Amino acid sequence: MSTILAIAEARDGALKSVSFQVVSEAKRQAAKGGHTVEALVIGAGVAGKAAELAAYGATKVHVAEVASYSTDAYARIAANVAKSIGAVAVFIPATAAGKDFAGQVAVALDTGLCADVVSIAHDGGKFSARRPVYAGKAVATVELATSPFVVTLRPNVFPAENATGSAEEVVVDVSGLTPRVSVKEFQKSALTRPDLAEASIIVSGGRGIKGKAEGSEDQVKQTVAENYKLIEALADKLGAAVGASRAVVDSGWRPHRDQVGQTGKTVSPNLYVACGISGAIQHLAGMSSSKVIVAINKDPEAPIFQVATYGIVGDLFEVVPEFAKEVEKVINS
Amino acid sequence: MNIVVCVKVTPSTAAKIKVGASGVSIDKQGVEYEINPYDAFAIEAALQHVEANGGEVTLLSLGAEGSTKDIRNGLAMGAVKAVHLTDDNYELRDSFSVAKALADELKSLQWDAIFFGKQAVDSDNYQVPSMVSALLELPVANVCSTAEFRDGKFRAIRAVEGGTEIVELSAKCCISFTKGPKEPRFPTIPNIMKAKKKPLDQKAAPAVENRVKVTKLELPPPRPAGRIVGEGPEAAKELARLLREEAKVI
Repeated sequence: MSTILAIAEARDGALKSVSFQVVSEAKRQAAKGGHTVEALVIGAGVAGKAAELAAYGATKVHVAEVASYSTDAYARIAANVAKSIGAVAVFIPATAAGKDFAGQVAVALDTGLCADVVSIAHDGGKFSARRPVYAGKAVATVELATSPFVVTLRPNVFPAENATGSAEEVVVDVSGLTPRVSVKEFQKSALTRPDLAEASIIVSGGRGIKGKAEGSEDQVKQTVAENYKLIEALADKLGAAVGASRAVVDSGWRPHRDQVGQTGKTVSPNLYVACGISGAIQHLAGMSSSKVIVAINKDPEAPIFQVATYGIVGDLFEVVPEFAKEVEKVINS
Repeated sequence: MNIVVCVKVTPSTAAKIKVGASGVSIDKQGVEYEINPYDAFAIEAALQHVEANGGEVTLLSLGAEGSTKDIRNGLAMGAVKAVHLTDDNYELRDSFSVAKALADELKSLQWDAIFFGKQAVDSDNYQVPSMVSALLELPVANVCSTAEFRDGKFRAIRAVEGGTEIVELSAKCCISFTKGPKEPRFPTIPNIMKAKKKPLDQKAAPAVENRVKVTKLELPPPRPAGRIVGEGPEAAKELARLLREEAKVI
């Protein structure tokens, strides 16, 4: 019997939901091979998480108390724990942090890495995984032939599944770790909305959000910022993240971190609401794996309607506020 | 300060993807290639550095023999020379195999810092910068929008979940870039002409065994046909109902 190491992620001392998804998937894979699951949490104020992770299948929880994030310190801690427990696999969330340090974990373990997987299979003792490539225009099946292997798991794709049991908490010795990179400053973003890459609902705006804005570049920018409040209001009713098409970002109306698509973020939320987005190939690639897609666009020929589950043909300035009202009614009913 | 920028030549983001006869890589017929957009941000950042602090920019690329003309576009942006590790089956390499080949070549090149794009828009692995840094035992900062060089150190600004981080790295380091404040420069015609004469050292990429292997490439399943709920704001009520009762997502 061997062990799968599932890395949990915490923010401000609280476990993120992706942690439960990763531990649950580790548990499902472990069940096939008669393996067990141990979890590792790294961060500040992360002690006392054993019961929460045991509720998804971890039998032991390693806790590494580290004041702030560092790529190489996180990677070394993860690799050391994986080595010490003889892990057959390391499951890491494909979050910004997970994507950042996973490569160094693989090198430290002298093994291979498969990034951003959306499913894992285990047949005849062999593991394989599927992952979107070309921003989702294609899907690759990848054989994980090495032992151990490292995978990063896309958030919101793997279901979290309650298990029974308890877990022992083990403190990881982190003394003597000097990070190669030092964080000088952290500016917490003022946004209270969920992160795009991890959100279960996303509302995005496209070129249509410009409306009748005219004048200088700055005037247009100001009007668009005002118009974007419609998108933000709908997002807030849904508890959603706010996204944007490339056209909106290239025009300087929204920051690049909001961009959904091939040169932005590839997302797979439960619900994606596209407002005034026509559906360029790069955008469609980045959001077509969403479970449900809603398109609101005045052009009935817009390519976005080809991938939409539900569409409304109409002016977003009329439809979006009305839809926000109806959403509120439904949610409160 | 001399900077090596690792670049990959990738299909244009406007390209439609079809699976090739091998079943493990794409059909290249009719596909336009270009320098990976994130690598273009890295080239731009590197050029700004050498303009401010002196030194030169070298490109290092692992890719198909035929991608030379796209690498020359990077030279036309302002890099002084390029090393092209050729492998027509580069798409089948995993990120470790690419990182190892690049790291080995980097050992024989002169540089103060190594820049990358945060990910390649074809394989979407975003692992090569971290792996190269681990192989060369260098500090790394990924997904940076800018990296300023001051008092012998880089101060890089990177977006992380929940905020922005300012990190400090010693001069010898790896930095991967995302979109920055300045768009990558367009090569001018005279610079395109000059780039034709810049040194481009082409040699076979070393073989490195894959640790993970693509066994199949396929198109995503088509989405089930959707429907138009209605026209104008009158349809909003029905849409909200469908999302609650039929799709059960709100």
